Amino acid sequence: MSDTSATADQGPNPDVYDELPDAPPKSRLRLSTTGKVSVAIVAFWVLMAFIGPWIAPYGESHFIEDDALGNPIDDPSFMLPDMGLHVYFGTDYIGRDVFSRIIWGARTTIGISFIATLLAYFVGITLGIAAAVAGKWVDAVLSRLVDAILAFPNIMLGLIIIAAFGSSIPLLIFLAGLVYAASVFRIARALGQDIMVQDYVEAARARGEGLWWVISREVLPNAAMPLATDFGLRLVFVILFISSLSFLGLGVQPPISDWGSMVRENLQGLGNGFFGGALASITPALAIASLTIAINLIVDDISAQAGGSLAKKMT
Amino acid sequence: MADTSPIFQCKDLKIEARPWDASPIPIVKGVTFDVKPGEVVALIGESGSGKTTISLASLGYTKPGLHFSGGEAVLLGKDMITIDPEERRARRGEHVAYLAQSAAATFNPALKINEQVTESAVLHGHMSQEQANKRARELYEALELPDPDRIGGRYPHQVSGGQLQRLMAAMALVEKPSLLVLDEPTTALDVTTQIEVLKAFKKVIEEEGSAAIYVTHDLAVVAQIADHIVVLYGGEVMEQGPVEQIINNPSHSYTKRLMSAVRPTPSAGMGEGATGEHRREVPALEVKHVTAGYGKGSDGKPAVTVLRDVNVSVERGHVVGVIGESGCGKSTLARVMAGLLPASEGEVLLDGDALKPALADRARNELQLVQFVFQMADTALNPRQTIGEIIGRPLTFYHNMTGRARRERVLEILRLVELPVEFEGRFPAEMSGGQKQRVNLARGLAANPEVLLCDEVTSALDTIVGANVIKLLERLRRETGVSFVFISHDLSTVASFADEIVVLYAGRVVEKGPVDQVLSPPFHPYTRLLIASVPEMRVGWLEDTMQTREAMAGISRGVTITKVGCPFFDRCPVAIEGTCEKIDPPARVDEHGHNHVIECHRQIDELGAPGAAQSAAASAKKAKVAKKANGGSAAAAKAAPAKKPAARKPAEAKKAAPAAKRAAPAKRATAAKKPAAAKKPAAKATPDDLQQISGVGPKIAGQLKTMGITTFEQIAAWKKADMDSFNEQLKFKGRIEREQWVPQAKKLAKAKK
Repeated sequence: MSDTSATADQGPNPDVYDELPDAPPKSRLRLSTTGKVSVAIVAFWVLMAFIGPWIAPYGESHFIEDDALGNPIDDPSFMLPDMGLHVYFGTDYIGRDVFSRIIWGARTTIGISFIATLLAYFVGITLGIAAAVAGKWVDAVLSRLVDAILAFPNIMLGLIIIAAFGSSIPLLIFLAGLVYAASVFRIARALGQDIMVQDYVEAARARGEGLWWVISREVLPNAAMPLATDFGLRLVFVILFISSLSFLGLGVQPPISDWGSMVRENLQGLGNGFFGGALASITPALAIASLTIAINLIVDDISAQAGGSLAKKMT
Repeated sequence: MADTSPIFQCKDLKIEARPWDASPIPIVKGVTFDVKPGEVVALIGESGSGKTTISLASLGYTKPGLHFSGGEAVLLGKDMITIDPEERRARRGEHVAYLAQSAAATFNPALKINEQVTESAVLHGHMSQEQANKRARELYEALELPDPDRIGGRYPHQVSGGQLQRLMAAMALVEKPSLLVLDEPTTALDVTTQIEVLKAFKKVIEEEGSAAIYVTHDLAVVAQIADHIVVLYGGEVMEQGPVEQIINNPSHSYTKRLMSAVRPTPSAGMGEGATGEHRREVPALEVKHVTAGYGKGSDGKPAVTVLRDVNVSVERGHVVGVIGESGCGKSTLARVMAGLLPASEGEVLLDGDALKPALADRARNELQLVQFVFQMADTALNPRQTIGEIIGRPLTFYHNMTGRARRERVLEILRLVELPVEFEGRFPAEMSGGQKQRVNLARGLAANPEVLLCDEVTSALDTIVGANVIKLLERLRRETGVSFVFISHDLSTVASFADEIVVLYAGRVVEKGPVDQVLSPPFHPYTRLLIASVPEMRVGWLEDTMQTREAMAGISRGVTITKVGCPFFDRCPVAIEGTCEKIDPPARVDEHGHNHVIECHRQIDELGAPGAAQSAAASAKKAKVAKKANGGSAAAAKAAPAKKPAARKPAEAKKAAPAAKRAAPAKRATAAKKPAAAKKPAAKATPDDLQQISGVGPKIAGQLKTMGITTFEQIAAWKKADMDSFNEQLKFKGRIEREQWVPQAKKLAKAKK
């Protein structure tokens, strides 16, 4: 109760009615049941991204030509699942194993998205914090530039740039990084401006601290939590963005497997009924959905633990 | 209201918090009290005592995470806890209304006031819009709001804080509720505004005949408005009874402690007593002819001028209190001193050398010597740094301390501010408000400054916690010899801690001088208004105060900043029409005093008019008696529960007053014998044989004597700067032992005691 003064070595005033009991130390992050399931799903896909190629029954561009007995197959496209062949989800429109391609695709999809999001974060935070700290014309110039990028619909911007340069994985990463750096910039700048007017930053300035200290020790640690939460959401957007581009045929090019392009390639299978090839486009779509929803749920959990204040900051 | 059955009954009410991962924590542990018709019941206690939680129970409401776990909250015969939710909703607003602490947060800035005041009545279908408007107008009049016909048509930002607080009362009263719940409605207000609001509340409660629950931690306010007091601590009733009994004759030890934490009415004789022994020719920090403000005007001057030609000097080892209402430029002054806001004209001198106006141009050691302590510890401490990092950073930054040395010093400082050393690894969120404020102070002290600028450091704290912080500051000042600039809108706090007071009004220094002299006649009219506005802990004070001419002229008016003349003109009872508003007032020196300056067009003897100063003088006497009874602040800190506020025994006080006046100097002399009071006048203390200190010979002892230094305590209280200045005056340098004087003197002083 009054351990403030009781435990102090020279507390001159040990009084029963002293200051309030100490606040309990912060509890660690606890996830709800959905949160735990979500973590398991994300962990599964990340694991697949790392070890997928070694456990997949076939290569990503392997054509199924023979059945389990070694006899040639007439038409390997949109085959039904066949446990004997290890073709668990059937084959796609040209006879490749869907299951294997999804596992291979985890690496492409998650890898590209993750690197692109990292790039977006690096650029967005650097410029955003710079704009918040420097203010004045630096802020004005950067903000208008970002406004210009945000004025284009993301997909439109993607179409224009890919039309100009042709599609390649490095370009996709750069593109997604650029597009999403603009929104990260907005968040980082808003957070930075919020923090720059806090008394502790003013206290640091009054102490005579340099700009670097203020940014690295006062601003960034306080922006880290909301930014980390946003990272999850931003990753989802990038996955969807890359998948959309792939769906339009502008993203990851064949024969590399990617969930978005798999959905598009096998669209015709949807018309053939559930066992006539629909699985080939539904399963990669489910993979995208499971990963993005799971990430979203984790973010929600973290946000709820932080008292909802993060959610407010991210609108 | 012939019916005398209680309007509201709280029967063995229990409320608990149910964290989802832990067992329930009781918040309210069985509280019972009644509210009779027309009665004002005050719930008092510090934060965490459950007073707001209990008051909300009358609405059948708990904050999220809390649950009713037992007992009843009966409003007009029905238990608000078990009542049908629809009926409960209908009763809120109609039978019981809630007034939150902050009016500014309660009003929607986008809607006109009248719409918001009448909304609930119209929404509940009890009145038509016309009826509600008529009722609102009546209430505006009853609440003494200016221009009752049109004030409802304004937006919330167009009225003053005090007016908004009263408009909120109108909002609550519009449906004529039987019970009004007021949650700390005056806590955030200036003293002058507080009076205006209290008076209006009291009148309207009487006229409307409604009962009220008044939640506060301020006993002096309670004494004015309540009929019945319930003292709470940790969710339990400590004591309850009629206001006269609790105020005049508290029986429970907690009530007594709460009373002792009430700052005594400001009056002469409360200061620590300014003495000259630490004084050198050059003040530690001086502000000369400073003009400052915000924004940039076309002519290079600030767009909004907040400070106009301000002069303040902070002597070494002294505490300068800066007071004034909000909007007077107190914080701006501190920001100019710290360099956070460059002055547009004038200069800031540190040890006699002019400082660069802007922070970025100041040298690191200059920054180190002036430290700023922010008002809100919640926002001034980086939530992502541990206490060790927060306190350690100035050590590394200014003193290049790292590793073990730094850690040891951090622990030392933690002990200095009376925090357990285990706090080193904690984050600010894991501490209470008072503890955070201590860390905030510790960070300032870690720089080892010469001047500590404290901006409203106790304003956001509870009475008891705030009183403890003041005690800490007093101790720090004795032990470190740091000069303080102590900014507060609370005159009592300033008076109890400062040596000198600077009264700031609308960016001008209207009066300055030693505490005793500023708080005794002659007064500047503004100072008199401030003193008269501090609530006294006695029943009936409010009515008495409203009769004074200062209150009549000055209450209910806001601070306006003027470009010429005396800004206090429009609130001044003795303003000279045609002169005061046009010509800057001359600085008049009170020749009976010492450095006591009043800026006024009136002559000094006009300002000391005896009739007007009665109340202040009377309270001065009381405070002296109280001080005598306590035997100085050091002893008072230990004997807190026994400390009796002056106002409680006015009769005794009056009898003893002349004696106390005579006794005052004597008290100081005896105080000087205690090590705690090392700064008391040397001449009145018994001289010690300074030659017992190795390195002090007859010659040096003689020189010391000419400087007024004759006791061990004085040397023990030296800082490095004093030592250096002494070295300069001594003219023969290089004696190593001199470094050892202070520790030796400390030992000898202890041995002597």
